[in-house]
Amino acid sequence: MSLKDRLSARLSKSRQRLNESMNILFQRGAKLDDGFWDNLEETLILSDMGPAACMELVEELRDETRRQAIPDAESVRERLISKIVDLFVVGEADLFDDAPAVILFVGINGAGKTTTVGKLAKSAVDAGHSVLLGSADTFRAAAIEQLDEWAARANVDVVKRERGSDPASVCFEAVERGEQVGSDFVLIDTAGRLHTSDDLMRELQKVVGVTRKRSRVPVKVVLVIDATTGQNGLEQAKVFNKALDLDAVIVTKLDGTAKGGIAVAISNELQLPIVRIGIGESIDDLGPFEPRDFVEALLGAQD
Amino acid sequence: MLDNLSNKLQGILGGLRSKGRLSERDIDVAMHEIRMALLEADVNFKVVKNFVSRTKERCLASEILDSLTPGQNVVKVVLEELTALLGSDDSKFKLPDKMPVIVMLVGLQGSGKTTAAAKLAYYFKQRKHLPLLVACDVYRPAAADQLQSLGDEMGVSVFRGDGKDPVGIAKASLGYAKENLRDIIIIDTAGRLHVDERMMDEAAAIKAAVSPDQILMVIDAMTGQDATNVVTAFAEKVDFDGVIMSKMDGDARGGAALSVREVTGKPIKFISDGEKPSSLEEFHPDRMAKRILGMGDMVSIIERAKLVAEQEAEQEAIEAERIAKAELTFDDFITLNRQLHKMGGASKFISAIPGGEKALKSGQVQEDFFDRIEIIVNSMTKEERQKPSLLNGSRRARIARGAGVNVSDVNQAVARFNETRKMLKKMQGAAMQQQASKKPKKGKNRKKARKAAKGPMRGIPGMAGMSMKDLKQLQDMLGE
Repeated sequence: MSLKDRLSARLSKSRQRLNESMNILFQRGAKLDDGFWDNLEETLILSDMGPAACMELVEELRDETRRQAIPDAESVRERLISKIVDLFVVGEADLFDDAPAVILFVGINGAGKTTTVGKLAKSAVDAGHSVLLGSADTFRAAAIEQLDEWAARANVDVVKRERGSDPASVCFEAVERGEQVGSDFVLIDTAGRLHTSDDLMRELQKVVGVTRKRSRVPVKVVLVIDATTGQNGLEQAKVFNKALDLDAVIVTKLDGTAKGGIAVAISNELQLPIVRIGIGESIDDLGPFEPRDFVEALLGAQD
Repeated sequence: MLDNLSNKLQGILGGLRSKGRLSERDIDVAMHEIRMALLEADVNFKVVKNFVSRTKERCLASEILDSLTPGQNVVKVVLEELTALLGSDDSKFKLPDKMPVIVMLVGLQGSGKTTAAAKLAYYFKQRKHLPLLVACDVYRPAAADQLQSLGDEMGVSVFRGDGKDPVGIAKASLGYAKENLRDIIIIDTAGRLHVDERMMDEAAAIKAAVSPDQILMVIDAMTGQDATNVVTAFAEKVDFDGVIMSKMDGDARGGAALSVREVTGKPIKFISDGEKPSSLEEFHPDRMAKRILGMGDMVSIIERAKLVAEQEAEQEAIEAERIAKAELTFDDFITLNRQLHKMGGASKFISAIPGGEKALKSGQVQEDFFDRIEIIVNSMTKEERQKPSLLNGSRRARIARGAGVNVSDVNQAVARFNETRKMLKKMQGAAMQQQASKKPKKGKNRKKARKAAKGPMRGIPGMAGMSMKDLKQLQDMLGE
């Protein structure tokens, strides 16, 4: 099964309502009246894409439909999908294209950073890369143990210190060790923090700063964000981006509850590529991001 | 809290307020902006739609548009509708009259249940309950440890059971609570996705096993449009009674807070906005609506101050009892004097004592005599303050030199001090008598008397069980 199929399958439950409304919407036939546009706007807003962006999108579509005499709802949908797809920023290179590199994972509490690092380590190893993990989440209880577990599964080493030690020193050591053993990728997990907590954001700035300064290979900073987050997610991304100059975004927990429209907003507003999406618990459920598949799944397109 | 939404709404309404006349077009524009602001705040789409149409209709009514202050009236309508959205009737958390009361928490992963459980325990502890935290999250690594360490910090006991079977732990906690005289059980359950049937069944099983008096759902205030689906699913499966909104701090949009009531009909009971255990507060729809519209929330501030004052008063009452039990010392005398100043000075106090007013007028009592004693006391050693009987001739001479007074002044002060001690004892007796005459069955029970002092007025230091109110009553009684 391709990731796209799995994505569709995983999203199906949560998508049901959205899907239904979209289908009803698009099966109304050729009649493109006020009701149609209102419903379209509602459907989009319910996906967490952000009201302003949604309204703009609908307004644009409406205008084009009028000017270009677009006949029916089906053609409108095609245009809608490509418009949303165009909102995404496409990364020039994938996360694992150019080795060696050091990649730091940041985000708020409970976004799924540690799990993401674990899964990425496994897939990078499977692709034939050498990987070293760094556990810079020295704050949360059991975070180190959790990463250890993932390291065992991927059969890689972890640089770690006891709980409560300085996260920057863990990064320093991880970078150093990575250089010594010649790792292709050093993946570093950091402690979750709310973007409104200035102290912790400063600490993270220091962690990232130390890593960038020490590392001779490129350092990438990746934001991990929970797809259930509403419009606050954009604010989170903005603050993290401003403090750390992010390189990419990973959206997790797209299965189950998520709508994930906030991914569109973040990518577009901050001009950041989405490099992976997480759609489930298993190790294969973290896959590359394909804008078109994502949008079709989001809008419930059938093929 | 909800700063973003708050700022936007205030901006929109501020624009209307400044206008002398409002046209339908003005209302249209404002309502469009309000709709946008609410959607930006993650308020559920349908909730916004209904809210805006209700508000708009009311605002377009002629009594609003044609009134002398249309802007003000629009603000009033928005306030009323916002209050209604948040839940118009009292959402106060009421404890049933039984023991132990069982409260169960449910919610998604990462919504903050464990933290909320601990905060709730602290909330009850503050209100003289003996809560018990029960760790039924057996899946998340270290969840029980987290609850344990939070419980230890607050001095609340935590029941972990065998750490394996959530239903079994919940059941066993009842017996434990009864044995250990815990009157409120707070059950922390594992987080679950609302689409996870197995976990939802487990929550239902715990519910069936212990039949909780209250089931509270913990919702992350940062959740987006999906929040309504989540609460609906939980309402269907475990039918919760109310909501705790977590993570209301920072720049949380709080859309979920504004949607949950309308969508499920379940009231928000508590909001939590920080890391500290004391950061859980009762939710009041009217006050929150006012806060969002920038009308301030004085009531909550006053209530917080009152709670602090009550705690202080209780501390004083304990001290007062100690003074009454033990012999009065000069240290207590200074404390007493300072408290007298806080209450408006000695004269006010003396005039409240039966016959005191008369004594003041006739010049029998010098108003500043407590102050003069304080100066003398300041020249005493620690030991002398604790044990006035130590004060022999040479000590008195030394004190007089230190305080810059004559030995006779020191003698007088000591004599006054002894008198005061006697007076206090007498008054305490009188207070008891009065209590006894009011409630003859209860007799001379000091505890009861102390309870009576827990009114809005503080107990009078040095007189256990007496408040100003009691004193006044006493005065009236004697005057008759």
